[in-house]
Amino acid sequence: MSAAPPKRTWRKPPAIANPVLRYGLLGLTFGYLYWAVASLPFDWNRIVQGFPRAVRIFGNAIPPEFARSQLMITGFTESIQMAIIATLIGVALSVPVAVMAARTISPTPVYLLGRAIIILARSFHPVIVAIIFVKAVGFGALAGILTLIVYSLGFVGKLLAEAIEEVDYGQIEAIRASGAGYFKVLVYAVFPQILPRQVGLSIYQLDSNLRASAVVGVVGAGGIGGTLMNAFRRFDYDFALAILMVLIAIILVSEGISGRIRRGLT
Amino acid sequence: MTLGERERAEPYRWQRFTLAERLGRFLIYLVSAAIVFWALRTLDVFWPWVWSAPTEIADLFGRMTPPDLRRGDEILRAMLETIHIATLATFLSLFIALPTAYIAAQNTTPNGVTLWIGRFILVATRSVNTIIWALLFVAIFGPGVMAGILAIAFRSIGFTAKLMAEAIEEIDRKPVEAVVAAGGDKGKIVLYGIVPQVLPTFLAVTILRWDINIRESTVLGLVGAGGIGMILQGAIDTFQWQTAATILIAILIVVILGEVVSSALRKRVI
Amino acid sequence: MLRITDLTKRYGTGELVLKGLTLEIGGAGLTAIIGSSGAGKSTLLRCINRLVEPTSGSIVVDGVDVTGLRGRRLRHARRSIGMIFQGFNLIDRLSVMENVLSGRLGYVGFAQALTRRYPQADIDRAFTLLERVGLQDFVNTRADTLSGGQRQRVGVVRALMQDPKILLADEPTASLDPKTSQQIMSLTRELSEELSLPVLVNIHNVHQAKEFADRVVGLRYGTIIFDGAGSDLDDAALDRIYEGTAGRGDEHGDETVGADARGGTVASP
Ligand SMILES: Nc1ncnc2c1ncn2[C@@H]1O[C@H](COP(=O)(O)OP(=O)(O)O)[C@@H](O)[C@H]1O
Ligand SMILES: [Mg+2]
Repeated sequence: MSAAPPKRTWRKPPAIANPVLRYGLLGLTFGYLYWAVASLPFDWNRIVQGFPRAVRIFGNAIPPEFARSQLMITGFTESIQMAIIATLIGVALSVPVAVMAARTISPTPVYLLGRAIIILARSFHPVIVAIIFVKAVGFGALAGILTLIVYSLGFVGKLLAEAIEEVDYGQIEAIRASGAGYFKVLVYAVFPQILPRQVGLSIYQLDSNLRASAVVGVVGAGGIGGTLMNAFRRFDYDFALAILMVLIAIILVSEGISGRIRRGLT
Repeated sequence: MTLGERERAEPYRWQRFTLAERLGRFLIYLVSAAIVFWALRTLDVFWPWVWSAPTEIADLFGRMTPPDLRRGDEILRAMLETIHIATLATFLSLFIALPTAYIAAQNTTPNGVTLWIGRFILVATRSVNTIIWALLFVAIFGPGVMAGILAIAFRSIGFTAKLMAEAIEEIDRKPVEAVVAAGGDKGKIVLYGIVPQVLPTFLAVTILRWDINIRESTVLGLVGAGGIGMILQGAIDTFQWQTAATILIAILIVVILGEVVSSALRKRVI
Repeated sequence: MLRITDLTKRYGTGELVLKGLTLEIGGAGLTAIIGSSGAGKSTLLRCINRLVEPTSGSIVVDGVDVTGLRGRRLRHARRSIGMIFQGFNLIDRLSVMENVLSGRLGYVGFAQALTRRYPQADIDRAFTLLERVGLQDFVNTRADTLSGGQRQRVGVVRALMQDPKILLADEPTASLDPKTSQQIMSLTRELSEELSLPVLVNIHNVHQAKEFADRVVGLRYGTIIFDGAGSDLDDAALDRIYEGTAGRGDEHGDETVGADARGGTVASP
């Protein structure tokens, strides 16, 4: 009756209960950070010089120079054209690839081939694909278009394949039960179900391709990227800034339009 | 069968679309066709190159086989450098992304001005591609990994902060109300009402971005900003296609591994 | 018309779901198959048009053994077997007419199917049937905007478009309210008489089975344990059919159909 209640303490239990693991992970993290920083070849002298340079570069860049607008219009037009053509072809090609890569409606060897195509197309950054195409087919818009086709194929193909795997199987069975063969089942039971997704993805991809078309030019695959690269090479920072500002504006407008259309679709 | 045999004066008609629908569709097709036609006509394409493209590409792949493994060590080291760049940049970007997310989320931003600053940072960093950031930082800090890390980090800010801000905006208000009711101030609201709710998403977004950054950091070297891209560019410029093939395979493996690790980690945190 | 001999079915899971069924359906008339959930009713029906692969036995439809058919010959056999589904299985995003015409897919060529240019005879038949079931005002309506009863009537018309020799219906009314359910059953019954078409209906509702069927087949754990007129279905028979099983179903059963064709990995709703 008279015994005082035992004194209790409480502390939040740590997220990782095992102390060895807890401090081990912490140590590992910092060890990694140290190792990464120490093993990378930083040129500190050159980096220190960077700060006055940055001031000079921004000084040169402002005000942006819009006088060479003709050059800009040519570059942006080419980028937009590349994006349109590549989206058209890429999206068209992504349909058969997506059908191949959908586990539910394709036999295993075909499925694996389809997946392999998608993984290959998705794993390489467009700029890397572009530099290879530039070597294969020469400088210019053609290499850029081929690059963006691969890019579209990977992205749209993957998501479309997932959409196909999620279709209502009852509709497929109903069409099959009427005596329809493989292609009729595709046209009547599969495509109507993925059509809204397909349209949405295509519009999204047009927007993505427009963004990507601006960078593949950096390695010579046509479009505004080349113009921008040249401006940097010639230290025309005011022109580069002008290009960048227009680029951002176009990307924002395109993103806005694409988002609005896609919202309107559903 | 008795049903189909009834006689009718006029045959039934059925068309898939009404006249107006068909006109509408026709118009859409026409406009699309016109745009494509315009794009094809005015685009500066040298057509003979288009027709020879398949042979050229096949030829290139022919020259790539078999992959040449002799510079394996160097490639391995560059690959490691690429991963370091991606990881350090992801880590670095968090220092700016977290505060940016805080001021770019409508329910936590202090006032209208900070909201717009936050949104401006989101748009500005996200709309400029990594490789363009790299061009800028190479101009400033010279060629090398510093430019690469900064380029990746800057591009990541907009992506991570945007998703994080959305997570903050989507939190459940009830725990926040509970903290307010208990007399908590702003800091405590964040600590007890918000952080526990958004932490899993924040981790997942960071891991996802790390995965993307690995892919992105493979191209930095093409503008001189470090990583595997440097030796890829070198191999291509000197027509060592078999070495280039090895590098491409290395990139493929690392990117796929990154994706596997990232999706496994993300499953664990959510 | 339909003769099933020693039919067995074993799913990938190993369990014997149909244990050597023998069943003969003569001419016109409505045959109800009753039995609790999991008795194998759906499996039996789906073996007939080979949405499910029978393990052994033979199924002869209109003189053709459908087991073992492949490719074109299987598709041709399927044309003469109409099927009505519990979940309607309409193509949601297509119009009523396109859904109805899809019953002709086994007959028209691919290009015709793609461009929706069906023979005038098909269109006439589609309109006649749609008028018959009271859907003439919904020809160009999208299927997903219809009510459940309307959808199932589209399902019935689609099956009849195939010009089938036999009609299969897998719990055609289980997704409908009692009143609509009753309407669909009488419609099926009437059409069966008008077209002198044999109909095989899986049904969960014993009252409906008694009311609409000429013949009732009771299935229990993959074996036929009752076969007779609806009027012979007394309490003793019902007890035998439903005894010790999941229930005397007036309730809606769980469906596991469709998974077989997808390699048994996913269960459909
Ligand atoms: N695709 C399938 N894969 C494995 N087992 C299945 C599959 N479809 C049905 N079954 C099993 O077969 C048995 C009979 O199912 P079913 O024919 O759907 O019965 P009913 O239609 O009478 O309810 C059940 O035990 C069910 O679990
Ligand atoms: Mg069933």
